[in-house]
Amino acid sequence: MIQLVIIGIYLSLLLFLGVFSSRLFKGTSKDYMLASHSIGPFLLLMSIFGTTMTAFALVGSSGEAYKEGVGVYGMLASSSGIIHSLCFFLLGIKLWSWGYKYGYTTQIQFFRDRLESDRIGIILFPILVGLVIPYLLIGVMSSGVVISSITEGAFESSFADYDYGVPPWLGSLVISLVVLIYVFFGGMRGTAWANTFQTIVFMVLGVVTFVVISSKLGGLQAASHAVLEKNPSKLMRAVDPADRVRYAERYQTWTLVAKYNYARRILKTLKLTDAQKAEAYKEFKPRFPNWQTSAEAIYASENELYKLTNEQVNKALLTQDDRVMPDPFPDKWKQGLMAHHDLREYPRRANAEDEKAMLIFAENIGHPEHDLDPNDPSKGKKWTIKKALGVYRASSWAPDAPHPMSKLVFFTYFFVPLSVGMFPHLFQHWLTARSAATFKLPVVAHPLFIMIVWVPCVLVGIWATSATFEGAPLFPPHFPANAVLAAMVKKMTSPVLAGFLTAGILAAIMSSLDSQFLCLGTMFTEDMVVHYAGKDRFTDKQVVFMARMFIIIIVAITYGFSLLEPRRVFTLGVWCFSGFSSLFPIIFAAVYWKRLTKAGTYAGVIVAFGTWLYLFREAKFALNPDYTFLGMMPVATMVVVSAAAMILVSLVTSPPSKETLVRFFPED
Amino acid sequence: MRYTVYGLVVLLIIIHQDNWLWDDKRLIWGFMPITLLYQAGISVAASIVWFLATKYAWPHHLEEVAKEAPAQETGETE
Repeated sequence: MIQLVIIGIYLSLLLFLGVFSSRLFKGTSKDYMLASHSIGPFLLLMSIFGTTMTAFALVGSSGEAYKEGVGVYGMLASSSGIIHSLCFFLLGIKLWSWGYKYGYTTQIQFFRDRLESDRIGIILFPILVGLVIPYLLIGVMSSGVVISSITEGAFESSFADYDYGVPPWLGSLVISLVVLIYVFFGGMRGTAWANTFQTIVFMVLGVVTFVVISSKLGGLQAASHAVLEKNPSKLMRAVDPADRVRYAERYQTWTLVAKYNYARRILKTLKLTDAQKAEAYKEFKPRFPNWQTSAEAIYASENELYKLTNEQVNKALLTQDDRVMPDPFPDKWKQGLMAHHDLREYPRRANAEDEKAMLIFAENIGHPEHDLDPNDPSKGKKWTIKKALGVYRASSWAPDAPHPMSKLVFFTYFFVPLSVGMFPHLFQHWLTARSAATFKLPVVAHPLFIMIVWVPCVLVGIWATSATFEGAPLFPPHFPANAVLAAMVKKMTSPVLAGFLTAGILAAIMSSLDSQFLCLGTMFTEDMVVHYAGKDRFTDKQVVFMARMFIIIIVAITYGFSLLEPRRVFTLGVWCFSGFSSLFPIIFAAVYWKRLTKAGTYAGVIVAFGTWLYLFREAKFALNPDYTFLGMMPVATMVVVSAAAMILVSLVTSPPSKETLVRFFPED
Repeated sequence: MRYTVYGLVVLLIIIHQDNWLWDDKRLIWGFMPITLLYQAGISVAASIVWFLATKYAWPHHLEEVAKEAPAQETGETE
């Protein structure tokens, strides 16, 4: 409950900030959308940094490091430090100067002028809005999940289906409403102030959490040495031979469990007696809940208590790993035995773990503050649904195979942060700058800020792989990576700090959501309504009113989508960034290449969209998170192909008029 | 100097691909994985290079824009 109170106080503070900044609102649309070009270096740095760091900065960084090891810093963070500042430096300043001089508020206004094309707006508007919406979804959904997991057990009898915490749909709704209110009243000025406040909050709390967690783990050295000993591959990007051996042993034990379960549950040809079970448990060292099955499986195998054909073994593996059973069963798997990689070719059955865990552990699930056995408190507390799912996955599914990080994927990940060059909400933030010199601080400090946030989170993520707490491993295998940070904070710190850290995570999420909401409202009014109906048709107050109404509609649509609970939301995020990156050649050429033509831009946009759609389909619409094209991140192909189309078509079509060239390239 | 700065940015992108540390699990100061330390160093180096860019490759002529004239109204183009 303490966490809930802290989150409530934090959200109230934000609302106060939004309403307070609205008192400085000048009432004009330019003030609402661009804060009248009044933002100084510090506010610009904080608001740009807060906008580019989404939920991914705190939750995703520790989660990815938990899954992939320290290599994620180089892949996602240090590359962004170089490329983001490059975009601010090469694009931000120039676009600001043209925006200031020619009165732009949106990217589309710039493109219409630069390319002498009205229709480019009709093509770009749906593409940009379509790419921002999944990005918004990540924030809205993550906020609900974070609030829900940190408030588990806060209610005595309500919300039992959500582990007696705030349901994700309610958390997402509250966050959407808070952001909506402060964007509604405060506009860009409120957004910049709120972003600054929230960026400070999540940076400070991130560092505090790091210090507390490291001390709970026995200090920096003890925490890292545990990783060196138990999961050395997490400290590098190759697979350590020790991890390979450990995995082979675990996979071997798992196949025994699969075969044992198949023989006793499906074929019903095996049932151990109580004496056999007692014998099996005698030599076994328990590591996780539900260890008894492993002990029985090893005993049954060693004593040759069952015999299976190869086809039955393969079916046993598929069943144990909750994979979809192929029908008809392939001939090759009636003869040969499946390896782990063959098994992974078959998708996991959706919601399999939910059904089974609820069935198997029904008696253990309950309020996390209540005793499992009221007569014997030493048996511990009731399990949350999340814990039951975790125990089920850890005891049922095959262990993860260690895998190295691909050098080509590492290199081509450089193309992903190019997306900031085309983010419409960042474009709008650039235009709020007071002068070109305002950009100096963001350009220089951005890589350092990324380091301050990411290095502690990556360390916490790798420590989580090997940490023990109160004598037991902190996380079982297959623990959801994005829940690692929140779970660690909950287990290892006080409720007060957990409440503050949740506020920090929400701060990171909301500081992106606000800019995106505002930007979509701005694009709709400026690029569609005002552009097509004519500027003189509406008063400035009406323009602000329309922007606000469109923001409400977008919030409602995004919230509606979030209720559909699409899975793999983070993978979707990478696809949405890749879409923006594929348009990077166009904005870069528009700023630096005089020969860029209207037709060349159309070709670039259409090819970028087509390639994105093709590769997205090939990746089974983000269901395959490890999809690569020619061994590279798909974004690399998108950028190269769209750039090639843009250049080729531009070169064979007529260049822009002299007036346009003089307007944008007067120095030449 | 401007071209030196651009060259440094290209150099950063090249040395970011630290293939030689791919299978190195050493801990520096007893706790810091060498890969993470190196990449954190890249972040610091990026910051220094961008500082040099603001000193030696800054588009000063664009700073004059705000001094020359007040900002145009939103959506109003010449």
